[in-house]
Amino acid sequence: MSRAGSPSARRTGLPLRALLTGAAVVVALALPLVLPLFQVTLLVNVLIFAVVVTGLVLLTGIVGLTSFGQAAFMGVGAYTTAVLTTQAGWSTWLTLLAGFGVTALIAWLLGLMTLRMQGHYLPLATIAWGISLYYVFGNTPALGGFTGLTDIPPVHFFGLSLTSPRTFAYLALVCLGVVALGAQFLLSSRVGRAMRALRGGPLVAEAFGVNTFRLRVQVFVLAALMASLAGWLYAHSQRFVNPTPFSLQAGIEYLFMAVVGGSQHVWGGVLGAGLITLLREWLRDLLPALIGAQGNFEVIVFGVLVILTLQFARRGLWPLIERVLPREEVRLLPEHSRLPERGKPQPGTPLLEVAHALKTFGGLRAVNDVSFELRAGEILGLIGPNGAGKSTLFNLITGVNPATGGRVTFAGQDITRASAGQIHRLGVARTFQHVHLLPDLTLLANTMMGGYARGRAGMVASLLHLERREEAALQHEALRQLERVGLGEQAFTLAGNLALGQQRILEVARALVADPTLLLLDEPAAGLRYGEKMELVALLKRLRDEGVTILLVEHDMDLVMNLVDRLVVMNYGEKLAEGTPAEIRANAAVREAYLGVDMAEGAA
Amino acid sequence: MDFLQLFDPTIFPVLAADGLTNGAVYALLALATVLVFAVTRVIFIPLGEFVVFGTLTLASLQLGKVPGTLSLLLVLLGAAALMEALTWVRRGQAGRGLLTLGGAALLGAALWALAGWAVPLKPPLWGQVILTLLLVAPLGPLIYRTVYQPLQNATVLVLLIASVALHLVLTGLALVFFGPEGSRTPPFAAGNVTLGQVTLSWQSLLVILVSALLMLGLYFFFDRTMPGKALRATAVNRLGARLVGISPSSAGTLTFTLAAVIAGLGGMLIGPSVAMTYDSGFLIGLKGFIGAIIGGLVSYPLAAVGAVLVGLIESFASFSLSAWKEVIVFTLILPVLLWRSLTTRHIPEDEE
Repeated sequence: MSRAGSPSARRTGLPLRALLTGAAVVVALALPLVLPLFQVTLLVNVLIFAVVVTGLVLLTGIVGLTSFGQAAFMGVGAYTTAVLTTQAGWSTWLTLLAGFGVTALIAWLLGLMTLRMQGHYLPLATIAWGISLYYVFGNTPALGGFTGLTDIPPVHFFGLSLTSPRTFAYLALVCLGVVALGAQFLLSSRVGRAMRALRGGPLVAEAFGVNTFRLRVQVFVLAALMASLAGWLYAHSQRFVNPTPFSLQAGIEYLFMAVVGGSQHVWGGVLGAGLITLLREWLRDLLPALIGAQGNFEVIVFGVLVILTLQFARRGLWPLIERVLPREEVRLLPEHSRLPERGKPQPGTPLLEVAHALKTFGGLRAVNDVSFELRAGEILGLIGPNGAGKSTLFNLITGVNPATGGRVTFAGQDITRASAGQIHRLGVARTFQHVHLLPDLTLLANTMMGGYARGRAGMVASLLHLERREEAALQHEALRQLERVGLGEQAFTLAGNLALGQQRILEVARALVADPTLLLLDEPAAGLRYGEKMELVALLKRLRDEGVTILLVEHDMDLVMNLVDRLVVMNYGEKLAEGTPAEIRANAAVREAYLGVDMAEGAA
Repeated sequence: MDFLQLFDPTIFPVLAADGLTNGAVYALLALATVLVFAVTRVIFIPLGEFVVFGTLTLASLQLGKVPGTLSLLLVLLGAAALMEALTWVRRGQAGRGLLTLGGAALLGAALWALAGWAVPLKPPLWGQVILTLLLVAPLGPLIYRTVYQPLQNATVLVLLIASVALHLVLTGLALVFFGPEGSRTPPFAAGNVTLGQVTLSWQSLLVILVSALLMLGLYFFFDRTMPGKALRATAVNRLGARLVGISPSSAGTLTFTLAAVIAGLGGMLIGPSVAMTYDSGFLIGLKGFIGAIIGGLVSYPLAAVGAVLVGLIESFASFSLSAWKEVIVFTLILPVLLWRSLTTRHIPEDEE
């Protein structure tokens, strides 16, 4: 087990990483001046493609969805500006906005149709949409058919007409800079954390109040808008458009750029765009000579390259570079204000009430007429043999799988039919039986995920980093909770480096950031060693003393008996007994269910 | 006006017959797509390229030329044998590794000699069909071994990206092997048959019959034979199948062999009615695919019905709006997806 990267990571001496980034920017700014004209044209293309690929990094690398239709979205942007500037005489800046509008509408509709379903339907729909749009461009006389539209005016910027590739390169650089910076900002924000959480499955994200469907649609639209911007740039750099650069094949190549470069990093996307574009230039001369015929042979090499990348470096090439780069230092923002806290109920008042809960799967009654009450300030244990219906009951309280009948009330509100997110916002936070953390992120970032529902910054605020005040409050709240559970020292370590016991405690910290009135723990001791269990018991007792109400589902009898105030015992979906640990220990029915004591002795 | 002409009694049956013929082949492809996805989670986009390789290999044989398919087969055989041998060496069984390499070398040499001897003799059509199958069918399992097996534990998304990459590689290779010109293969049967008002060519009838027979064969394979049941078990529950001793690799190999055979045959069946070029495969494969999606990538009968429907729509669209044919067929997928998204309840799944 590695405990490397303790708090010292907070203060690395020189901001080496920032210096490197600065140097890269300076080189990028100098390139259009020093390169020969042909290579400047190539550079412009690389920059434009990198804008598209940045969108794919967000969509594919971070959220885990993908689209083969980015080239088609680019086409929408390009054709919108081409038609409106040549035929209606609009200003190029207005057509950019018009392109955004059309693209957003199409992406939104496609997203609504496909994003409710499993991940692979979106790429399939985008394949169909990519092909269709290509033929629409090619077969519409008003769009110039397969020959396209010519005489697109250049972009004017304060009286300067960007006709030469050298000046245009700066426009493209600025666009890429804005897009890449926005993407980086987004990734280090509340929305970005939710996006990363989506990749690990919708369960965690939903449990912390993320509307996963809406977020997916938003990211899909955002990626499409980036492609649309690239299309606008492309139309005004080439000054003519035809359907070919927006075909499905081009869409596939953008995805390849992301995969080869490293789809989980913004820089990886830029790297991929550069690499594949240059490789194509080189192969276009080499291969036809080698094969002795004309044709698109470079796709053979691209395809093989992508398959090899997937087999040997599934995260692409950028992580290999990242390894030799200095680590990005974690900056803590100054705390201006604290997050608002929720009023806590009086100890002893009823908090959660389960009345005649019923859950059937087909003919099976997994939970059958179970009723109990949980009072503020106590630890209640829910135990029972395997298959007793504990986890089903747990899912029913957390809204993962709502009840078929009966009533669940939390803090006076009926939550029987509420969604996981709604229940969370009322003050219920949970941990998972199988740990669900993001191993590549720090403990701090993982913990901050728990505070999602306490923040309100949306996509736009996150892209522009207008939410720094809230982010700072979240950071410090997360740090406080990490210290509360005893992980403060390791706040900047990666979660993947923790042992299982600490990962479970990290999940508790994450739940605590939500400022819950009720903490739900799903088998927190499963797989823990003895020492780890003792630490967990100590922590939970301390939390109870600090006023947190806890409901836990657990198998480990010793742990439960030493920890809880009261117990509910389930067997075969029904409530078998309820009472203090001492009462439960003395209960004959419970002993029978657990130990299989024979009927004669049990009845005696 | 154009639209109403569709229902002209002299035109309607012709279009319907055309649609049914192509639809039958799409249905075969739809079945193969569903099969591959269910067993291996691979969305097998390159299936269409297997169709192209089927047609164009047969076309090469017609001309008495050794098709490039042979070199692809030999290269893949070499790569697969090498990977397999490496696995054995890593397990400390170098002897077995050598045996694998030797066996592959022998097999390769035999295929090469067979092709070199038989092709210039221009065997009769049925001989060419067998030779084509011998060259195309092994590509399936070899591609599974070299491309997909190392990615066995990857997500559906990664497998899909690999599929798209493979599609580009095969399209590019088809251009190298067969050139940019289109080819048609000779029909298996000449003449027409009149059934009441409808006149069908024997070829169309043959295509429909062979497709139906293949589907029946598949039904028996899955319902009555042990390997078929093993594949179904893998499709239902991968881990469970593994626990009862069905290796996912051998299930994958078998599936890809079946898919390659189906697609190769499909290529030869559709070859006489479509001018096949190196890049036709994608659109053909996708049409089968739309059928598969109509079946939700799980239901075989729905997939087949969907694919026949695609064939019919395409045929009618090509008559009245030929330039928009592809647009109509592919935008069709969107309402289908919408309908599926509204009717199927999404079950949250943890993929990673």
